[in-house]
Amino acid sequence: MPRVLLIEDDPSVREGVELGLRRRGHEVRAAATGEAGLAAMAEFRPDLLLLDLMLPGMNGVQVCRQVREQSQLPIIMLTARGDDFDVVIGLEAGADDYIVKPARPEVIEARIRAVLRRLDDSGPGRPAIVVYGELTVDRVGLTVTKAGRPLALAPSELKLLLHLSAAPEQVFSRQQLLEHVWGHSFHADARLVDACVARLRGKIEDEVGSPRYVQTLRGFGYRFGPL
Amino acid sequence: MSSGRGGGGGRGGGGGDRARVRAFGLRTRLLLAFLLVAAVSAGTTAALTYREARNSLLETAQDTAVTSFRDHVQQTGFSLPVQEEGLEEVLRDIARKGKPHPWVVFAEYGSLRASSGENPVSTVITPELRRAARAKPHGSFERVVKDGVPYLTIAMPTVFKASPDSLLPSGLVLYAVMRMTDEQVNVDALLMAGRDGALPGLAVSLIPGLIAARSVLRPVRKLREAARNMGSGRLDTRIPVRGSDELADLAHTFNESAGQLECSVRELREAEERARRFASDVSHELRTPLAGMLAVTEVLDEDADGLDADTARAVRLVSAETGKLAVLVEDLMEISRFDARAAELNADEVDVAEAIRKTLDNRHWTDDRIRTELPDGIRARLDPRRFDVVIANLVGNALRHGGAPVTVRLRTEARSPGPPVLITDVADSGPGIRPEALPHIFDRFYKADAARTRSAGSGLGLAITLENVKLHGGTIHAGNRPGGGAVFAVEIPLHSEDAEGEGAGG
Repeated sequence: MPRVLLIEDDPSVREGVELGLRRRGHEVRAAATGEAGLAAMAEFRPDLLLLDLMLPGMNGVQVCRQVREQSQLPIIMLTARGDDFDVVIGLEAGADDYIVKPARPEVIEARIRAVLRRLDDSGPGRPAIVVYGELTVDRVGLTVTKAGRPLALAPSELKLLLHLSAAPEQVFSRQQLLEHVWGHSFHADARLVDACVARLRGKIEDEVGSPRYVQTLRGFGYRFGPL
Repeated sequence: MSSGRGGGGGRGGGGGDRARVRAFGLRTRLLLAFLLVAAVSAGTTAALTYREARNSLLETAQDTAVTSFRDHVQQTGFSLPVQEEGLEEVLRDIARKGKPHPWVVFAEYGSLRASSGENPVSTVITPELRRAARAKPHGSFERVVKDGVPYLTIAMPTVFKASPDSLLPSGLVLYAVMRMTDEQVNVDALLMAGRDGALPGLAVSLIPGLIAARSVLRPVRKLREAARNMGSGRLDTRIPVRGSDELADLAHTFNESAGQLECSVRELREAEERARRFASDVSHELRTPLAGMLAVTEVLDEDADGLDADTARAVRLVSAETGKLAVLVEDLMEISRFDARAAELNADEVDVAEAIRKTLDNRHWTDDRIRTELPDGIRARLDPRRFDVVIANLVGNALRHGGAPVTVRLRTEARSPGPPVLITDVADSGPGIRPEALPHIFDRFYKADAARTRSAGSGLGLAITLENVKLHGGTIHAGNRPGGGAVFAVEIPLHSEDAEGEGAGG
């Protein structure tokens, strides 16, 4: 069962979520502040970070950025507001997904599973290592290099790239990507896709303004290539 | 919608009325009043001047004539009793000295009649003058118009001095008849001059009239513009106050009222804003404890079986109500976001039939309670999450309050003005909505069935549905089918952005 680090300042939410997840078999470490959470990271070695956005002191977005500087740990934000630009900022800072509070443990667990799930697209006959231009994608080792230099991709970014590059030049709608990459229902927030594409482009494209690998098809969605 | 169109028609009719009134508008009325005043004053002045001038002209002539006639009569000696022979000679002598115009002199003495002219008796002299002549020893006169010719007739009785202070009439009365044609000509000229002066004056008075109308109308026009601005919501509209006349007073009053109105509206808005923020804050504050409670309901549900019956019931009740409370708070949050206009439309190009099928699948509405008519290939720019809420609320509502089977029908329809619309009908097979409930069906917490104090939903479902449809620029109508059963029709305009989006790869 995955080890979950929960950073949440409100005691009742912290205790409730911790209890709910622990009952489902997760090993949970709870921290009340961002600083305490970051401190617990090295010792606890979590598989996933469950991060409240509104924290006293260091806020969730700052925690997110700091974690991303050194690791590609899956991050799910907990947000008390659904439509706010906090979500967008959190996603830009590198979070992989978000959950709107209040949420039942089964919903939280489903999101955790989806984020941790490996893309099962290494079908028979598909070569493990494919080269696209300067990009080299290792579908088994799950690494991506650009001109020989390894790229640090967050889980959602890696999965998005694997999914798009598995079918070059095929257009995927944002709703399809939400379904296949994020494991969301059809009607989830398409900003997840846009933010992830923006982050991915920042890492793999030479010029973010005129992307070569992940291209936009206005009104329809995204596609990989043509190079 | 239909009421809006009716209002538009009414406004059009009002415009026609206004145009008719405009024909006799303020400008015309001001000009007419100005002209009338100018005409009356010019006319009155001319009339008075004419009368005075005419009188003084005539009086001068009269006085000259009367005085001169009297002098001539007195200077002429008459031997009494008057003899007929020689009298005419005397009369002709007096007639020659007529002043200012020649006159004809008549004499009457008992039955004796004589004159300086051809007829011994004048036809112009009236009986009144004859009577006056006998009464007044100093003479009298009368103006007579005969056959269009004005005459001055003077009667002068000859007298002799009986004693130093009493005069006795001798019985001989002399009459002078003078044509006043010259004076008439002068008076006519005067009249002409008056008329010739008044008419151009009247025309010239139009110019100040126009200027005055303009100076009155300009502030009125400004007032109208300002009032229209106020009506369209710009409550900070003010009029520059110039001068200190009545119009300036009006502008001042307008500005004061506008200020008060602005103040009241601001207070109202602030109160509304406070109330809205309060609702939002309350829901927000409720979320945090609910997040903790909802996270442990599962623990309660699982362990309830091991508890004694009463505790288990209590625990299950708490768990179930916590779930409902979470839904209610979530809906309240959603509504307060709409109220604060903070709700965003995250539109995406979607296959509508696919979106509806996914909505039904996610809710496990896949059995024969639901019938669908969803033609493929209809693409629209929708917020998938909000459209999902709309369809889920309508179908859920139909299943709860209406009755199975529920039909979801998708189609597009061309609209002559504006873009084509996407129409989604959700019809149930229940008893329909009571007519008196129809206007309120989208109200918050409105219960169509008075006996049902709490429904399974939050009571905000249809209100949220309406807001979500409005956010898409669409409309929603509730009604009853002729065959029974309620039907909700959602219309969302289709914006065809496909054409420009197609070639824009990368």
